[in-house]
Amino acid sequence: MSGKTDKASFLKKLYSRDVHISRLLIMLAAVLIVMLLLKPEKFYSIANFKTMAAQFPEFGIMALGIMLCMITGGIDLSVVGVANFTAISSGVVLKSMVDSNGNLLGYGIMATLLFGIMIGAATGFINGLLVSKIQIPPILATLGSYELFTGIGIILTKGKAIADLPLEYSELITAKLLGAIPVQLIIFVLMACLIAFLLARTTYGTRIYMLGTNITAARFSGLKTGSLLIRTYALSGICAALGGLVMLANYNSARADYGTVYTLQCVLIVVLGGVNPNGGHGRISGVVLAILVLQMLSSGLNFFPQISNFYKSLIWGSVLLIVMVMNYSTENKSAKRVKAA
Amino acid sequence: MAQSVLKVVDIKKSFAGVEALKGVSLEIAPGEIHCLAGENGCGKSTLIKIISGVYTADAGYIEFGGRSYQKITPIEAIMNGIQVIYQDFSIFPNLSVMENLAFNTELADKRVLVNRKRFRKIAEEAIAKIDFKVDLDAKVKDLSVADKQLVAISRALMFNAKLIIMDEPTTALTKKEVSALFKIILALKEQGISILFVSHKLNEVFEISERFTIIRSGEKIITGNTSDLDDKKFSYYMTGREFEDLSFTAKNVEEEPVLEVEDLSLGGCYENVSFSLRKGEILGITGLLGSGRTELALSLFGLKKADSGNIRINGKEVVLDSVAAAMENKIGYVPEDRLTEGLFLSRSIGENIIISDLNSLSGRAGVYDFKKKKSAINKWVKELAIATPDPDNACSTLSGGNQQRVVLAKWLARDLDVLILNGPTMGVDIGSKHDIHKILQSLAEKGLGIIIISDDLPEILQNCSHILIMKDGRVTARLDPKKIREKELSEYMM
Repeated sequence: MSGKTDKASFLKKLYSRDVHISRLLIMLAAVLIVMLLLKPEKFYSIANFKTMAAQFPEFGIMALGIMLCMITGGIDLSVVGVANFTAISSGVVLKSMVDSNGNLLGYGIMATLLFGIMIGAATGFINGLLVSKIQIPPILATLGSYELFTGIGIILTKGKAIADLPLEYSELITAKLLGAIPVQLIIFVLMACLIAFLLARTTYGTRIYMLGTNITAARFSGLKTGSLLIRTYALSGICAALGGLVMLANYNSARADYGTVYTLQCVLIVVLGGVNPNGGHGRISGVVLAILVLQMLSSGLNFFPQISNFYKSLIWGSVLLIVMVMNYSTENKSAKRVKAA
Repeated sequence: MAQSVLKVVDIKKSFAGVEALKGVSLEIAPGEIHCLAGENGCGKSTLIKIISGVYTADAGYIEFGGRSYQKITPIEAIMNGIQVIYQDFSIFPNLSVMENLAFNTELADKRVLVNRKRFRKIAEEAIAKIDFKVDLDAKVKDLSVADKQLVAISRALMFNAKLIIMDEPTTALTKKEVSALFKIILALKEQGISILFVSHKLNEVFEISERFTIIRSGEKIITGNTSDLDDKKFSYYMTGREFEDLSFTAKNVEEEPVLEVEDLSLGGCYENVSFSLRKGEILGITGLLGSGRTELALSLFGLKKADSGNIRINGKEVVLDSVAAAMENKIGYVPEDRLTEGLFLSRSIGENIIISDLNSLSGRAGVYDFKKKKSAINKWVKELAIATPDPDNACSTLSGGNQQRVVLAKWLARDLDVLILNGPTMGVDIGSKHDIHKILQSLAEKGLGIIIISDDLPEILQNCSHILIMKDGRVTARLDPKKIREKELSEYMM
């Protein structure tokens, strides 16, 4: 009998070691089991997994940027605007990189990618300035810059899509390495690893966690809060730009209103991943897990024709609120435990 | 003795298996001013909440005017004339004074419609009881802390209070406001109202109370007459420790000053402040709230640049216009408000210690040297005897005294020449206070220049090698702590 309680308490301990991650693992398992019972042959096919792996990187990379901003106690709602703006301007650059015969120049793709990343860094820099120097609340600053970048995108394209891009770009980014691993996924994994490294192994990581916990104490401790915020928003801008560059390849075109649902979805992912919206706490493993859960949920829903796309927003909204309520109750519990001790 | 207003007998209470009160008894006579003292976490707040009906005791009983109760509700407590004034006063900051005062009566009368005239009458009666002059239409949030407290007291008096419990009422008050409060307490006593005064400040206990009770880790240590109490006994009852006397004499003082301040001024804050500090000395700066002492400290730490005047470090003139500049000049600052300015409460103790010294723990591009990081954290946890099983625990798990050591460690981890401390032992228990003083004195001996800003006069007298008094932004006196007593010092401040 004692063996049983031991096991139970062991599981409990494992669960409470990181409640967010445990909860995500349970959700992931639940989705996998439901799909196994209801749509095994469709969901568990190589084709489906390939599709999923090519789909999530575009918003997954953007979510990584939002996570960084949320760790500092802010948020970046401009990611989709930055992504589209990057995709449009990079598309223009890409189209101009052809020789007189209409062939793409050798360095064309490299130059386009670099250009896109610089656009991302610059837009993020502007966000950072607005947040740190002018001290506009991040939610307003980035909502404003979202409209701004989208607006520039609309003017550049006159509301139409930028199409007829040289095919080489799209072919490269959507290629499958070894016939299975999409390049989009590799870009996502590289970015996730870079950010994981920054957070766990560098002083920059510690600094933004501390800044997000208490900005006044950060100032009194000699942290350069302004430059930290600017760097963080610039990094988020780069993430968003990479997302935009992936979108440009996926659709082989760019428009100012692609992926508008991603804003809410990315915030949902970050919160679901256990990042504290008030700043100071959050792990990249949680966010990556949340991305996977959401992608599988979304792909899974596609196999049920009776649930139309109209329901998606309703489902995302409910999941977001339920997660916030659950986070609130776990935080209260742990606060009580600290008080009692 | 007349029949007691309140009698608490053998109260026990546990939370989640932790015994907060282990059988505490207490008796208060009509018109008595009784002081309840004890360190943070000793159980005094729990006791108050049991008396006021917020918590229910696990064992024991409470008697009000001879009627005994196993458990009471907050309403029953109020009906029996018990009123508690909590530290946060529980008033509505967005409403006017009048509304705050009349609100409860209106509710108690179960009125549906309100009547401004009746409101005003009720409120006027309420403030007249303690002769409190205030604009009834002012919003409570715009009042000073002391006035807010008086609003709370006036409100408490409206319910035929027989016993008013004040939970650390003097924490946020200036010296003047404290003496005004004490006058009101004495007036209430005249009216036969008893006061249970919760405090851990020795001088207040002496000044106001007739009898006292000290609680330590959930047990009543002693109840007695305040006249039998002295400094040493008080500390002993509170902590169970005997303290040696720590009077500081500066040894190892260097010839040349490390910090010289000349005619420093900042508009609206302070004017023409000059002093010099040598390594090995501890300079005390004291003055009332608003005397400019905190602004001066912020200027020396680069957070509020002075308008005019010179600052010299090791003889070289410097401009302190940012925290980075101050840190470059080897100045550290332990801020006034530990919780909001000093600490990252939900982050680990270790991170809190190293946050200002990250650069020396990392290589190129800020990549950590984990070995160095770990050994730095362990070194300071050990050196300052921070009581924690694991430096990875959140800082919020520590007591006030240990948290203050963490803030101290944060600066000591850097190689400093000057350390400025604003209220180094505010809200810290007696044991930790003693230890922190010892640490500061030994740091000075090792050649650190220290400035202590404090309105805890015994602290200043005990630890400093010389004292500056500030008043309305000016330095009004320079004193030698060896030649002056607390009373004279406080006269200089007024």
